[in-house]
Amino acid sequence: MTLNIAIIIPFIAAALIPLIYKKIPKFHIGWFAIIVSVVLFIYLARYIPSIANGNVIENTVHWIPAYGINFTAYLDGLSLILALLITGVGSLVILYSIFYLSSKESLGHFYTYLMLFMGAMLGVVLSDNMMVLYVFWELTSISSFLLIAFWYQRKRSRDGARKSLLITVAGGFAMLVGFIMIYSMTGTWSIREVIGLVSEFSNHALFIPAMILVLLGAFTKSAQFPFHIWLPDAMEAPTPVSAYLHSATMVKAGIYLVARFTPIFGGEVSWFWLVTGVGIFTLFWGSFNAVRQTDLKALLAYSTISQLGMIMSMFGMGSAALHFGYTVESTFYTQATFAALFHLVNHSTFKGALFMVVGIVDHEVGTRDIRRLGGLITLMPITFTFATIGSFSMAGLPLFNGFLSKEMFFTAALNISEAGFFSLDTWGVLIPIIAWVASIFTFVYSMIIVFQTFLGPYQEEKLEHPAHEPPIGMLVAPGILALLVVGLFFVPNLLGDYLLRPAMASIFPTLSGEELGVPIYAWHGWESPELWMTVGVVIIGALLYIYRKYWTGVYRLFPEKWSFNVFYSFILDWMEERSTAITNNYMTGYLRDYLVYIYLFFIVAIGGTILYTGAYSFDISGNAPITTFEAIIAIVMMIAAISILFAKSRLTAILINSILGFGVAAFFVLFRAPDLALTQLIVETVTTVLFLVAYYFLPEWQKEDVPRRSRNVNIVISILVGVVFTVIALAVQNGRLFETISGYFENSYELAGGKNIVNAILGDFRAFDTMLEVVVLLIAGIGVYTFIKLKAKKEDEHFEDQ
Amino acid sequence: METLITILTGVLVSVATYLILSRSLIRVVLGTAVLSHAAHLLIMTMGGLKTGGVPILGGEDGEAYVDALPQALILTSIVISFAVTAMSLVLAYRTYQATGTDKLNEMRGIKHE
Repeated sequence: MTLNIAIIIPFIAAALIPLIYKKIPKFHIGWFAIIVSVVLFIYLARYIPSIANGNVIENTVHWIPAYGINFTAYLDGLSLILALLITGVGSLVILYSIFYLSSKESLGHFYTYLMLFMGAMLGVVLSDNMMVLYVFWELTSISSFLLIAFWYQRKRSRDGARKSLLITVAGGFAMLVGFIMIYSMTGTWSIREVIGLVSEFSNHALFIPAMILVLLGAFTKSAQFPFHIWLPDAMEAPTPVSAYLHSATMVKAGIYLVARFTPIFGGEVSWFWLVTGVGIFTLFWGSFNAVRQTDLKALLAYSTISQLGMIMSMFGMGSAALHFGYTVESTFYTQATFAALFHLVNHSTFKGALFMVVGIVDHEVGTRDIRRLGGLITLMPITFTFATIGSFSMAGLPLFNGFLSKEMFFTAALNISEAGFFSLDTWGVLIPIIAWVASIFTFVYSMIIVFQTFLGPYQEEKLEHPAHEPPIGMLVAPGILALLVVGLFFVPNLLGDYLLRPAMASIFPTLSGEELGVPIYAWHGWESPELWMTVGVVIIGALLYIYRKYWTGVYRLFPEKWSFNVFYSFILDWMEERSTAITNNYMTGYLRDYLVYIYLFFIVAIGGTILYTGAYSFDISGNAPITTFEAIIAIVMMIAAISILFAKSRLTAILINSILGFGVAAFFVLFRAPDLALTQLIVETVTTVLFLVAYYFLPEWQKEDVPRRSRNVNIVISILVGVVFTVIALAVQNGRLFETISGYFENSYELAGGKNIVNAILGDFRAFDTMLEVVVLLIAGIGVYTFIKLKAKKEDEHFEDQ
Repeated sequence: METLITILTGVLVSVATYLILSRSLIRVVLGTAVLSHAAHLLIMTMGGLKTGGVPILGGEDGEAYVDALPQALILTSIVISFAVTAMSLVLAYRTYQATGTDKLNEMRGIKHE
């Protein structure tokens, strides 16, 4: 039960924050958010020993049991890693943001969105029910949208927010369809139950489509090629948001999804190639493009894309283990997954620290353009230290945790290239090569971050403010992360034993009998190819960095106008243009046109139904006889009605309308309805007077100057409406489906004490109705009065002028 | 008789539709008035016509009454449609005052003053 509440707590906090923010303006609301976040972190961390022993925690709150949709919170090793990242990095980011954001910003909004995101993200990783997972998944997209557009006054923020929303929600929608397909195959929404049933439906025709759709959701969320374009634009968000959502947590949701669904789809050749291929290409493309960036945050964005691709590809490689089932061989390939989980954590630490460092630089000197920065090392030594730790870890240098996971990545890439299945003997050799090339670029841009910002000449005239160290509070959060970066290098197995191994068990439930995961070593010996790959990366990377002005011309081969961004903008502009054109085409602003749509729909839908079902049979045998007198009135009314159309003046038209009204009254007399006749006579008289009064104020009506074509259309529509109306009325009269209920009211004397049945109905049986009717009259009366009497002041002057 | 009245209501509906589709505001209002006449006659017809006496108790013994329920409904409807007509007439009046035209096609695009 507490686990479900843990997911809900951030939402409650999000609801409370605006209230507290308003009531206690002096209190920095960030401290409240940080308390929530730290408490959740401690609460989740207490589960570590239990989860490490192989337990899982599960609790279900019934939500829509009729459809099998229940709020099932499920905590296993994999969820725990993500949940700890969400609350842990979340706490640090909030701490950092307290010093980063000035109190003039609308902090109430900021922390509300942040808490909303934290709750949604916890919901994603802790939900076992696919439907619930989807709801939280979209909530993360929405809160990300709100946070990117936090400085909504800037156009770039709004555009970036829209782009991220469009891409991630489109992917989420694809994922939803995939989930529904899975449900239709298995009949359950629970991921664990689906895993249990996997052997029964893996040959189903929808299996592959469902896989592709789920992957679309994962790839868009985790900014994989070609959906990566939203991430650089999302950097318009405040830096704490970039550090939190767009590097440490939200973009890992896609990776989490891939890991979670590995037991279902893993082992399939298409899953292997899609995940590995897209991942490894994203790794290369991201690192290649990061080198050309001049904005530090854009550089970090591309580097995040690249690192996400790397993690993604490792999950792809690891999924190959499921190809074999239970053999000893298969555990060999699971090492890739182990490395992926390890790097998932490492990336959050060093990239979080780097984002915070860039935020500090931006905050203190007012720019993050590397062409204007330089020489900050003497002025900001502490910041420089953190930047170095983060960058060197990202580059894969020893003494930092990034080195360990990068080596494991090389191991995995080499192992998989030698596997003899999935046509890996043909294409497998490409995997380590691309991985190695991408690592060189990674090394280059990591060096750019450190050396371009902190070394070289200090150019104060190019900066907004002179450089100095930030307030101590801003240094705490990146400091903790930097400590983790170094600490994990020395005690990686602590993390491995307590967090990564339990997560392995949840990704490979069928292999749980085996000992999964390997002890992490920094040193593999002189013969290991990984070591020489790293050495190669460092040497070639250093050379490329030093001589980069000689080869960056290669980027001219990939001009901006061929990028996916341009394609995206083109599609967006085109859709906007087309939809505006289409909307303007039918939303003309003329009452007549809208009514034509309504009438056409009426004719087609109702008339069509009658024609289609053949309900237009008539029977006139039960009719009452017609006397001459009645026939005359009917014919007079018809003639009068038609002649209204040809009336030359308003007066004629109004008088003809009263002919109709009095004709109706005459019919009421003939049809034994004296009350109606009386009312109709009075009302018709008053209506006629009203029309005549209005006549005095309104202009004489001119002959309708309608174009001939639209007048013909009007005539045709009018006649058709009348015909359909008549046909329905006649058809209904034949089909008496049930007895009339009016006999009940004939006891009106016993029931209501009235001899006039109509009066008894109005005044007693339906008295409440009648009262409300009087209220309607009252409202109409007030409306009429205000329309005539009350005028806006400005208009008064306006009319006096006339 | 029912068929005749139904056809009459059909004619009224056609005329009302044509009026409502026109460009002049007062014609549109007139159209709604005609439409309500048609509706009242139709409801009346649906209850069956001239099948008995006036629905007031205490008349001749054994005589059947016509259906009283539609009459009660129509009575409500007459009053409401009167309110609607009055309201739309005043609306037309104010619109004319504010915009200087009673042509619907000319009103489009006139900014609120």
